[in-house]
Amino acid sequence: MNDYEEAAAELSFEEAYSRLEQTVEALENGELSLDQAIDLFQQGMELAKFCSSRLDSAELRIRTLQAQLDEGSAADRPSLSLWSERKG
Amino acid sequence: MRIFSVIEVNRYLRETLESDVALADIWISGEISNFVRSAAGHLYFTLKDRESQLKCVFFRSGRQNATVENGTAVIAHGRISLYEVSGALQFYVNLIQPEGAGLLNLQFEQLKLRLDEEGLFEPERKRPLPRFPQRIGVVTSPTGAVIHDITQVIGRRFPLTEVVLAPALVQGDGAPESVIAALRQLNARDDVEVIIVGRGGGSLEELWCFNDERVARAIFGSRIPVISAVGHETDYTIADFVADCRAPTPSAAAEMVVPDQFDLRQQLEHLRRDLGTAAADQLDFRRTGMRALTDRLQRALPSIEPLQQRLDDFSRSIERELANILQLRRERLRSRALQLHSLSPLLTLARGYAVVQVPSTQLPVHSIDQVRLKDRLQIRVSDGTFHAEVVE
Repeated sequence: MNDYEEAAAELSFEEAYSRLEQTVEALENGELSLDQAIDLFQQGMELAKFCSSRLDSAELRIRTLQAQLDEGSAADRPSLSLWSERKG
Repeated sequence: MRIFSVIEVNRYLRETLESDVALADIWISGEISNFVRSAAGHLYFTLKDRESQLKCVFFRSGRQNATVENGTAVIAHGRISLYEVSGALQFYVNLIQPEGAGLLNLQFEQLKLRLDEEGLFEPERKRPLPRFPQRIGVVTSPTGAVIHDITQVIGRRFPLTEVVLAPALVQGDGAPESVIAALRQLNARDDVEVIIVGRGGGSLEELWCFNDERVARAIFGSRIPVISAVGHETDYTIADFVADCRAPTPSAAAEMVVPDQFDLRQQLEHLRRDLGTAAADQLDFRRTGMRALTDRLQRALPSIEPLQQRLDDFSRSIERELANILQLRRERLRSRALQLHSLSPLLTLARGYAVVQVPSTQLPVHSIDQVRLKDRLQIRVSDGTFHAEVVE
């Protein structure tokens, strides 16, 4: 059980959640030996526990980047100024 | 002097018209009359004002975005040419707007049409959003309600993530450049999985930055999927069309970009339950299998009952035989005993006979040769012995 706990801790929430879904599916559909079935069950429970605890302990982080002025886009695809020029 | 054919003249006229810069891309205002829709869906009408008129044809009526009927005052965009076959001068229209629309509106419609034709709005190109983004980029003003709303909603729904704000001007001079720079900054990172470009409501002028062609192309060129959340519900900007996804408000964008943890917890419960059920099913399946096997096993063994029956019968026969044998022996014993008894010398003695014995040796006397006169003899009778002397 400890191995599964460690393995789960390495994963991102997304990976853990996806793997949990896959585990349930495998357990529902698979042609499994009894050992494999028990294994999958334990893995699945660990993954579910991991996901829950990540949700419980999470705090939103916010980071602000330094505003940069883009040097490269001096570009001039003028937005339709031709019309007014032509009209005038 | 040269004599030309009609087709040659018409072709020359067409080429002359088409080579004129002003006529190739022109806006004309007028009133619609003689409006007809052909079976193929093309629109034919005349654009007229007080002094003159012009024949028009609009081929892509599917893209029509204003009501076209006789009497409507419109501004139409297209090119002037000559239809060689009929020699008719025609205005080939590709856009019609009601007269009241301002210049900005016209520009918007024209740019939208052009970019659409270029394929920037293709639904196939729109990328799916990540399910559980670990980092969400936001391009918006660092002050103001937008970033606040977004972080509130994300914080409530899915705090497992990080919001990376790339600050930008969202209106006025320099806004397009600023937005483009912010998009570039986020795209340069390898950890941002989705971007929200947001700005609050405003007038067409205030939202204009997001109708800028360069901004549209920057959004189109973003490696990272972009959600456009500009203005209010009913405002549509070019950015909305070109982005991978459009949200009516910044809060709606935040709801689109992350799942709600309440729902997630429920789903985790379901998954846990499914896990348990599936595992139990696996065990049940095996238990049933085992039961079937043991049933088969039992049925395959010979039944014990008849054997026990036979055993019972046997033991009873044996008992009977033993009893018989015992009886037989007893009877034989009795008859032998009787025989023995009848042969007993004691009986003979009881009948009056006596046993004559030589006293010293106890040997029985059975012949007169064994005795002489004056010999003492022992006489045994049934109840004792006495001595006698031989007298004759």
